[in-house]
Amino acid sequence: MSRKKSTISRRSFLRGAAIAGVGAPALARAGAQDAKGEELATLLDISKCVGCGACVVACGEANESRYPKPEKPFPEMFPPRVKVADWSDDRYVDDRLTPYNWLFVDNITVNHEGTEHEIHMPRRCMHCTNPPCANLCPWGAAAKKDDGAVVIDPDVCLGGSKCKSVCPWDIPQRQTGVGLYLDLLPRFAGNGVMFKCDRCQPRMAEGKLPACIEACPMQVQQIGPRSEIIAKAKALAAEMNGYIYGLEENGGTNTIYVSPVPFEKLEQARAKVAPSAGKKGKGKHASKGKNSGRPNLTQVGSPFEKEDMFAAAVFTAPVAGLAAGAIRLLRKTQSGHGEDS
Amino acid sequence: MRTRTLLFALLMAAMAISGFGQMPIFKRYYIADIPGMAWTADYYFTHMMHYAGGAILLALLGYAAVRLFAAAGRVTLSGWLRIGLWALIAVTGLARVTKNLPDMHLGPELTMAVDVTHLAAVMLLGLTALMARLLGRGEYLRVEE
Ligand code: SF4
Ligand code: SF4
Ligand code: SF4
Repeated sequence: MSRKKSTISRRSFLRGAAIAGVGAPALARAGAQDAKGEELATLLDISKCVGCGACVVACGEANESRYPKPEKPFPEMFPPRVKVADWSDDRYVDDRLTPYNWLFVDNITVNHEGTEHEIHMPRRCMHCTNPPCANLCPWGAAAKKDDGAVVIDPDVCLGGSKCKSVCPWDIPQRQTGVGLYLDLLPRFAGNGVMFKCDRCQPRMAEGKLPACIEACPMQVQQIGPRSEIIAKAKALAAEMNGYIYGLEENGGTNTIYVSPVPFEKLEQARAKVAPSAGKKGKGKHASKGKNSGRPNLTQVGSPFEKEDMFAAAVFTAPVAGLAAGAIRLLRKTQSGHGEDS
Repeated sequence: MRTRTLLFALLMAAMAISGFGQMPIFKRYYIADIPGMAWTADYYFTHMMHYAGGAILLALLGYAAVRLFAAAGRVTLSGWLRIGLWALIAVTGLARVTKNLPDMHLGPELTMAVDVTHLAAVMLLGLTALMARLLGRGEYLRVEE
């Protein structure tokens, strides 16, 4: 991972260091706060990120005990087109998302308005407010928690990878050779377990901050009630004449990025660079496209735009049916004879 | 009468395909590779298809419920069994739709219970209907006279 510091980053370092002492207690309070009933969101000021990777290391340390411990050899899959996804020998890959790395820092160099920016962007699950991974999981393994975090239960997930297919950012990553499928129909159904950031559920349950937030020397991240985080993001964007990602994406997320460079530009630059992990171990990982494991920054509309309309139809339908039945029954009674079919 | 039965069979087929399509099986087992069948692996499409079919089915069930209410005394044993399963399917289906609404979420355990019950009730209904038909007890209502 490149750890070079840009001019912006150095400036931000000083600013970050200056507020670090003042900011910490407020952040700690916010971390424990989910009783208010509002979902928690995180704000990432990527102008402050220096790409030091402390957050990645902290994530690894905090969650190591939850990483997959696959049994080998893996069951032979049927049909053979179903490939195993094995990251157990590449667990230290840290330049993309893997089942052993739920957070990585994407380093993007981009020219904006005549200035070269070196942007470092911590990427992990966006924790969508209406997450397709959880809504469409056929099995209930993926779910949204009250605090707005989206989690996948490793004891329940069968590794079918549907969550990854419906996630606009391909966030969840599969490890073969673990989980419930081994006890069910290992050859014919499932293929492991999907892993991703769950916003440090165990730490949050203890009233602690997510590890990546706590470890960051630059205070890149803040966590708090979504409405407050949105207000802060907007104020920050206005202040730096910057741009916001995550407010509308995928119908809204609980991860909000503020950047001094437009996200379209970051996406163009990002898409050109392949991660090193994508080049080695050919055929070993299930999906290894050039940008696999490196979430995009494209504009993503709401996947459930028509959901409300369809849901309303589903809820109204039985009532309409009952009414129609009642009217018909009434007519029959009035005309004095019943019938059946 | 014939057309009605055919339409109902088509509706049930659409519900079954779009329902099972919620599991990642059609691509894995090459169904989506058959020309013209790619949509079976489009989760968003099958999701909406299941909703649209669900709305029609729920309207029919509501309608049937009133009529059964009027004829409750004549419902056969296998009829009651299937009515119970229909009710279970409807209730769990509605619970799932509720869960999928923006700003609504059931806990993981409840979600799984709802999903598994929905699927199990569908399979049981299919089995019961098949058995009832094979045993010549396909009617919901005892025919009087
Ligand atoms: S970013 Fe992807 S994995 Fe994360 S909550 Fe949204 S849909 Fe799910
Ligand atoms: S919130 Fe926790 S699990 Fe998620 S990226 Fe940060 S440290 Fe990792
Ligand atoms: S610890 Fe902070 S500054 Fe370092 S890479 Fe992570 S977010 Fe950026």
